[in-house]
Amino acid sequence: MSFGPHLFLALLEGTVTAFVLALTALGLSLVFGVMRIVNVAHGEFFMLGAVLAWVCASLVGSPLGGFLFALIAAPLAVGAIALAADRLVLRRVDYHPESTIVATIGLLYILQQAVLTLYGPDARPVPAPVSFTLQFPWFGYSGYKLVVAAISAALLAATWWLLANTRLGLYMRAAQQDLEMAQAFGVPARRVYAIVFALGAMLAAAAGVLVVPIQQAHYLMGLDPLLLSFIVVILGGLGSVRGTLVAAFVVGISDGVVSVFFSPTLAKIIATLLVAAVLVFRPGGLFGEERA
Amino acid sequence: MSNRALPQVLALHLGVLGLVFLAQFILPPYHHTNVARILVLAVYALGYNVLLGYTGLMSLGHAMFFAAGMYGAGLPVYYFEFGALAALGTGILCGVVVAALFGLVALRTSGVSFLIVSLMFAQAFYLASLYFNEVTLGDQGLILSGKLAPLALGGASIGFHEPALKYNGALLVFAVCLLGTLALRLSPIGRVLIAIRENEERTRLLGYDSFRYKLLSLVVSGALAAAAGATYALLFSYVGSTFASILYSIYPLLWSLLGGIGTILGPLVGTAFMFYLVDVASGWTSAYLLVVGVALVVLILWFPRGILGTVRAKWLPWLP
Repeated sequence: MSFGPHLFLALLEGTVTAFVLALTALGLSLVFGVMRIVNVAHGEFFMLGAVLAWVCASLVGSPLGGFLFALIAAPLAVGAIALAADRLVLRRVDYHPESTIVATIGLLYILQQAVLTLYGPDARPVPAPVSFTLQFPWFGYSGYKLVVAAISAALLAATWWLLANTRLGLYMRAAQQDLEMAQAFGVPARRVYAIVFALGAMLAAAAGVLVVPIQQAHYLMGLDPLLLSFIVVILGGLGSVRGTLVAAFVVGISDGVVSVFFSPTLAKIIATLLVAAVLVFRPGGLFGEERA
Repeated sequence: MSNRALPQVLALHLGVLGLVFLAQFILPPYHHTNVARILVLAVYALGYNVLLGYTGLMSLGHAMFFAAGMYGAGLPVYYFEFGALAALGTGILCGVVVAALFGLVALRTSGVSFLIVSLMFAQAFYLASLYFNEVTLGDQGLILSGKLAPLALGGASIGFHEPALKYNGALLVFAVCLLGTLALRLSPIGRVLIAIRENEERTRLLGYDSFRYKLLSLVVSGALAAAAGATYALLFSYVGSTFASILYSIYPLLWSLLGGIGTILGPLVGTAFMFYLVDVASGWTSAYLLVVGVALVVLILWFPRGILGTVRAKWLPWLP
C-alpha cells in the first residue's frame, strides 16, 4: 500500500477514535465544568460499560440484540453506580476538589478490583452487531466502525441539544457560570450535581459499549481513555464543551495518524509532555475561552 | 508548637528511632524483612508529606522521583558496577534534577492543574521507562544481586543479602531523613512553607517569594523520594518500571493521609499500618487493591486527619 491510501486509512481510524474519545471526554468535561471536580474514576465507568456490554452479549443470543440491549442497559447501570457514588461519597466531602480526587482514586480501585473478582483477568471479545465491509479500492474497512462513529455523533448531538434546549441544560449552564447566583434563582444544585455526575458516567459507559467489539473488554482498559480524556479536556480548555469536542478531533485524528507511522508509546510520551506544556503556558487551553 | 516543647519532640523522635533499632533483635525473620521494607517506603512517604503536609501541594506524580532514584542508583550499579554509596549519590542526584526541572515547569500551575500535570509527567516518565526497555528492561526489570559489591565496613565486608545490613541500612537512611525533615519543619524555612500552605497570597504579601519556597520544598520532597527509591534498589536488589506506575504515585498519598498529613511521624505510622493491612488482607483475599480503594474512601470521609493528626488534635498539641 502506498503512502496516500495509508494516510487515508490512518485518517479514517483517527476519526473513529475521535468520536469515541469525544464521547468519553465530554462526560469528564461536563463533570469538571459544572461541578469543578476531577473524576479520576471516569475511565472505570468506560471500562464498566465495556464489561457490561460483554455481559449483555452473553445473556442475549444474537449480536445485534445484545448490542442494543447493552447500549441501553449498560449506561443506565453505570449511571446508577455513579449516582450512588455521588450520594454516598462526593456529597459528603462537599465536592471539595482535593478530597474528591482522593475519593475517586479510591472508587477507581474499588471498581477495578470488583470487576477483576467478578469478571476475571481475561480480555474478552464481543461480536460486532453488524458485519459488513466497506470496500475501498485499496482496502476493505469494517462497517461497524462507521456505525460507532454514527452512534457517537448522535449521542454527542443529543447531549448538545440537552445542554442548549432543556431546563436541565439551562440549570447546568447556570451552575457552571455562577453557582451561588444559580441557587439564588432556585436551581436545585444538589440534584443538578447528581444528574451531571451520572450523565458524565453514562457517556463514558456508552463509549465503552461502542468500543468493545473493536477492542476487547478488560478490567484495566480504563486508564488509557482516562488519560486521553484528560489530554482532550485540558487542550480544549477546562470546562468548555465546544473546546472539548474540537480537541477530541485534534487528538483523536493525530493519535490515529501518529500511531500508524510511529511507535504508539513514543506518540503517547510526546503527547503527554506537550499537553502538560499547554496547561502550564496556556492554562485556559488552546481553544478554550479564558475563564476567571 | 512552641520552642519549649523541643525536648519532648526530640525525645519522642529519637525514642521511636531507638525502639525501631532495638526491635531488630526480637523480630522474627519475616517481620524483620517487612520492617526494613516499611522503613524504606516510609522515607518515600516522608518526602511526599513534605510537599503535601507542609507546603499544601498535592501531587499524583511522585513515582517519577522514586523511580528516578531507583534507576539513578540501579543503572550505574548494573552497567558500570558502581559501589553502593556512589549509587545512592547518583540516585538522589537524579531525583533532585528531575524534581527541579519538573518544578520549574509545573509550579506555574496550582491546585487541580498541578495534580493533573504531575500525573501526566509521571505517566510520560513511566512510558519512557518502558520505551527504553533495551536499557531498563521495562516491566521485567533488572536484578542487581551479584552486580553489587559487598559493603566494606571497618575492615569487614558485608554482602547486601545479609538481613542485618538491610535492616540497619534502611534504618540509617530513614533516621537521617526523619531528623532532616524535623529540622526543616522547625527551621524558619519550614515556617514559611506552612505559611504558604495556610495562605499563599498573604505569604507573598509579607515579601516571601513563594515560588522559590515551593520549588525548594518540591526538590527536598523529590530528593527524599529518590533516596527511598535508590535505597530500595540497593537493599532489595531490584529495579523495574512497575515502581514508576501510577499506583506508586498513589501509595505515598495514601500512607501520608493514613498516618496524618503534616505530622513528622505520620508517614511511618501510615506506611506500617497500610503495609500490615494489605499483608493481613492478602491472607484471605487476593483483592488487595480493594483494601487500598476502601481505605482511601474511608479516610477521606470519616478520618481526614489521619492517625497522628487525630492524636495531635485530641491529646498532643505539640506534635510537629
